[in-house]
Amino acid sequence: MTTHSHDHDHSHDAIEALDTSNSDTALVADALRLMLIEKGIFSALDIQNQLELMETRSDRNGASMIARAWLDPAYKQAMLKNGTQAALDQGFDTKGTPLVVLENTEDVHNVIVCTLCSCYPVTLLGPSPEWYKSTAYRGRVVRDPRSVLAEFGTEISNAREVRVHDSTADMRYMIMPKRPKGTEVMSEADLAAMITRNGLIGVAEL
Amino acid sequence: MSEALFNVGDRVLVRDLQAEEGVQGHVRAPVYCRGLIGKVERICGVFGQPESLAYGGDGAPKQPLYRVRFSMSDVWSDYAGEAADHIDIEVYQHWLRAA
Repeated sequence: MTTHSHDHDHSHDAIEALDTSNSDTALVADALRLMLIEKGIFSALDIQNQLELMETRSDRNGASMIARAWLDPAYKQAMLKNGTQAALDQGFDTKGTPLVVLENTEDVHNVIVCTLCSCYPVTLLGPSPEWYKSTAYRGRVVRDPRSVLAEFGTEISNAREVRVHDSTADMRYMIMPKRPKGTEVMSEADLAAMITRNGLIGVAEL
Repeated sequence: MSEALFNVGDRVLVRDLQAEEGVQGHVRAPVYCRGLIGKVERICGVFGQPESLAYGGDGAPKQPLYRVRFSMSDVWSDYAGEAADHIDIEVYQHWLRAA
């Protein structure tokens, strides 16, 4: 017997799934926050400062590192050897979480995932996209990366290796996309502007 | 702190500490790579054990962390991609043995 006669000619599932403002989880988080303030563990100002810090975290940070590396071979080599130090050199402190930068080449395409949770270099890429945290992405990109990449519009030639990086522990990852042809005369700022978040995760090419 | 037992290029097998020692709860070695053989891609440094840190422990003894590279066709017998495709996974030393 079916009693489900809801009209499905419109799609609203995604919006409903994201709207957690009245969820039990949100209520618990509110209560916990208020209790920790009341107990003096941290202040409301601390929370505001932390939120403002989070707002400075953006994929533009990572993009600026990659654009610089495209123009500066010494910086690029240093970045591939020690991503954490390269981030610091560009003014971004990953606060003790090591960064590994992986270069896409004519032979290899790299893509990042965290199958166990949602590890992500927030300092350099900002808050992660919803899909990055989804069980569908996490489960499928390690199982069938070429199909998942194709769904992002990224067709990787059979002649290139696809290399998935599962961020399971203490490292965080950022991809250095291939520099597009025809960009030889572009400025560092213009190059940075064309570097997308999806490119830095490895689900897109530029 | 445990000394690093493996070098870049060494063949290592991912142990199943869940089956061997009954380790449960917060572990960072994904189920899908346990029992598989891969090659050490790099040594990442030395870090506290997640099985301890997750429950308020001190993480001792700290463990070398490796990035281990596996062939996709070893991980998935029906892998749909290319033979050259790989996956790199971070695995702590106490989850590894020489292979």
